Order: sequence, then structure tokens, then C-alpha cells
Amino acid sequence: MKTLAPERQLDFASIRKDFPIFTQMAHGKPLIYLDSTATTQKPFQVIEALEHYYRTYNANIHRGVYAIAEEATARYEEVRGKVARVLNARSPNEIVFTRGTTESVNLVSNAWGRKNVSKGDVILLTEMEHHSNLVPWQILAAEKGATLRFIPFDGRGKLDLSGLDALLEGPVRIVSLTHMSNVFGTVNPVAEIARRAHARGALVFVDAAQSLPHIGVDVRALDCDFLGFSAHKMLGPTGTGALYGKREHLEAMPPFFGGGEMIREVKLEGSTWNDIPWKFEAGTMNIADTIAFGVALDYVERIGFEAIAEHSRELVSETMRLLGEIPGVTIYGPSPAERGGIVPFTLDDIHAHDVATVLDHEGVAVRAGHHCAMPLHRKLGVAATTRASFYVYNVPSDIAVLAEGVRKAKKLFSK
Amino acid sequence: MSLDDFYRQTILDHYQNPRNWGTLENPDISAQDANPLCGDEIRIDLRVKDDRVEAVRFSGKGCSISRAAASMLTEAIEGKTLDEVKQINRDDVLDMLGIELGPVRLKCALLALKTLKVGIYGVQQSWPGEEDEG
Repeated sequence: MKTLAPERQLDFASIRKDFPIFTQMAHGKPLIYLDSTATTQKPFQVIEALEHYYRTYNANIHRGVYAIAEEATARYEEVRGKVARVLNARSPNEIVFTRGTTESVNLVSNAWGRKNVSKGDVILLTEMEHHSNLVPWQILAAEKGATLRFIPFDGRGKLDLSGLDALLEGPVRIVSLTHMSNVFGTVNPVAEIARRAHARGALVFVDAAQSLPHIGVDVRALDCDFLGFSAHKMLGPTGTGALYGKREHLEAMPPFFGGGEMIREVKLEGSTWNDIPWKFEAGTMNIADTIAFGVALDYVERIGFEAIAEHSRELVSETMRLLGEIPGVTIYGPSPAERGGIVPFTLDDIHAHDVATVLDHEGVAVRAGHHCAMPLHRKLGVAATTRASFYVYNVPSDIAVLAEGVRKAKKLFSK
Repeated sequence: MSLDDFYRQTILDHYQNPRNWGTLENPDISAQDANPLCGDEIRIDLRVKDDRVEAVRFSGKGCSISRAAASMLTEAIEGKTLDEVKQINRDDVLDMLGIELGPVRLKCALLALKTLKVGIYGVQQSWPGEEDEG
């Protein structure tokens, strides 16, 4: 395995000091957090930004003409510009703030889907989707009489594109897929799939909940029509995130939620809509969390997506090496080069909850279960897996503690 | 609670050597349920004679807590009348396990009881965790 250069090791070890939660102990041991795929920890800069907003310029946005309202509006809209730049969107107007990835999918499946999908149409997904990129399409398909198709994954947790041409045949309206699997960590060839989907006239929605934090995304390079992500999976607060949509699609779509701010003119009989992106931001948005997310984005950008991706690969390699040495451990998914910082595994026939409980007593937080991907686990033939996932505050010594805990679980539960 | 206290010897014993494991042929009562959160599945079969549990078997898959709780529960209901079985509540199961559980593992521990009650009542009355609130 490639080892970290000493100065880089120092960087990532010092990053941990920015995260107040790591002063906590878990069961009397230092907290080792390996569940960043579920949600990441927050640096003090983000936590302070939240407090700063509430203490000094708490006001509603886009309405008041007084100083703190103008400051709140400016800071909020500044984040839209930052997100547009990070995603390489053409304009901040292509960025709609939402509660996160799930709401972004639902916004498209409702506002775009109900207008553009009709009886007999096809929605193409993959077998490795998170429930958030599956269930909204199931609801739409049931309402419209549309059909769902699925790109299968192979034994290494990679999409099998050999049948893609056939899957794209007929009235396929949209292909919606994850850029990076939240179970396997697999990075999917979204640009290629988008090219082939567009050639058949289908649009493409990308679930970037994992890929944006871990490898960064470029919406123009991917040439996707829509993309959704969550702030809380990249050092930001919960309850905010965004939808990217190509301007022409957002312009043509009806609103999702109705309410204040999304309107141009309201009469008792009917209303006209605000310009994009505000047409989709009804009601008072999550101002504080979105502003704090801007600080999280700054933090992530300072480290850099390439450095984060490389750091993840090193931790994944170390995890696969150390866990691979333990008899009875099965690791799912592709090689470290083909995935982000996620490693799911099983240990003999010991239930993932039991593995996770033993690890918890070692201070190690991992996820145990189906990770909101029941169809994926059904195909693997396992009820649940234990999942270790990493972010910028993890260091190789965390992996050693993980492996020691897994050995302990094996010893405890073997007959 | 230390790891050894959590995974007490009796829990590990019931997990590794579950009592009343298997299924019954032509059971009088058979109920199945699952905990979608962790993929646990359970089936409980009862043979009832003169309103008493003459035989009980359980099968399925689950974590140590869910399997040990099911194993202990089947031991506890053998020979009991259905009315007595209906009286068993969440605290009884937790007493059998003898450990404190957080909200997620609580559902593992109570899956067998919930399934048993669905079998006896025919429909689920309430989640076992809710019934002793009043």
C-alpha cells in the first residue's frame, strides 16, 4: 500500500483538531467516527457560522430593506454562487436550495416528472440506488402508469453496461442514477451513461450525495440535466442541500411547492411564478444552515477534492488490507481505485448489529444495516452489512482500531 | 455498560444455542414478522392444547439480541396459557435479557414478542414498547 507522505499525514491529523466532537469519548475511548457516508462531523467554523447568523444578522431574506436583512440575503445568495462555482454550473440561477438530496429528487420527480412522464414511458434507474433515488420514481411511475427499468450491477459492485442500449430502447424519459454508491463506494461512469442516454433523448439526474463530498463533481463534464446533493454529508449542517438543473429545464418546469417567495404576482384567482431559481424556493428557506454550508464549502475547497479523494483511497486500501487479513471477512465492492471512501463488509454469519456493537465499545462508530439500499442487499444475499466510511478527519490509525475491533467481534461470537 | 456486561454469557449462550429452534408441522398459530431496519426475520409456531402452549418453535435470522430474546421468550411461554402469554410485556423481555438497550436495539429485542402477539391476537394490538405506557 502507498503510504501517506509525512507532511500530508500531519495535515489530516491536524484537521481533526477543527472538529469539536473529537474531544468526546465513546465508552471511555476516543471517538473514531467511520460513518461519514451517513453524515459528516462539523468543523467549529461551521458551528460558529450558525451561531454568528443567529446572534448578529438573523432576518428573513429577500424581503426586508433594513441592514441585517440585506446582509442575510447577501450571505445566502453568496452561497448559491459558491455552489455554482464548485459544481461548474453555467450560472447561480441553475442552483435551487432544497433540504438535501431526497428533496432534490422529489422536486424533479414531481415538477418535471408529472409534466413529462406519461403512461407507457420508461424511467431507467440502477440496482444500486439509495431508497431516496428509487422511491420517488416508484411513486411517479405508479401515478402515471410508467415503467421502471434497472441497470444491473455485477459481482464487484460495478454497473454492468453491456445491456444499456437495450435498456435505453423505447420511450425512456429519464435516467436517474447515483454517481457514487453509498454502499459499495463505486464511482459510476455517469458521463458515458449521460452521453448514451442523451443520444436516445432521455434526460439524466445524478445523485451526488456521496460523490460531491468525496470526489467533487463537474456538471458540465458529466453533462447531466439535474444533480442533487446534501450539505450535511460534506461538513455542512443538516436540512440543506441543492438541486442543480440546466436552465432550460428549470425554466420549463412548473413549481414544486407553492407559497411565498416563489411567486411574481398573486391574484385571488391565480398566480404567476418568480424567476428561477426562486420559483422553486417557496416559504422561508433554511437560511442559517445554508449560510453555514457556505463555510463548509470553503473548508472543503481549502483541502481540495483531489486531496480528499486521494486520502480516501489510501484509507480504503488500508481498510481492505487490514480487514482482508481477518478470516471470515467478506468485503464488497470494487478496487480502491474504483471507489470512494466506503468499505462495506460482513464477518462470517455474525449480524452487522453485533459487529457494530462490539466496535462501538471500542469507540468506533460504523453503520450496520442495509444503508437505505434494501434491493442491493437482497441481490447480495445478505440482510445487512457493516459499513466503514471515511472523511477528512480520519487517519490510518483509525483503521487499525477498526480491524482490532473486528477481530474482537469474531472472537466473541465464534462458537 | 461494558461489552462483557452487554453480551452476557446467557445472551451469547441463547444466541449460539437457541432453544426451541425450528418449525412445527401444522402449527395452531404461526406468525412471521421482520424488522426492516436491520433485516431481521422471525417465524414463531405454536401448538396450543386446552388453551395452553404445548409446543413452540422459532426460526429466522437476526442479531444476537433478537435471537437470544426470541429463545428466552419461547422458554418462558412453554406450558403457559394464552392469557398468561398475553400478559408478557416489554419489561419482561428486557428482564430476561438483563441489559439496557438503546432505541434501535430495543426493536431487535422486542421483535419476537411483537410477532408472538400478532400470532395470538390475530392482528397487532400495538407495538410492544407502547403498551405499558398507561
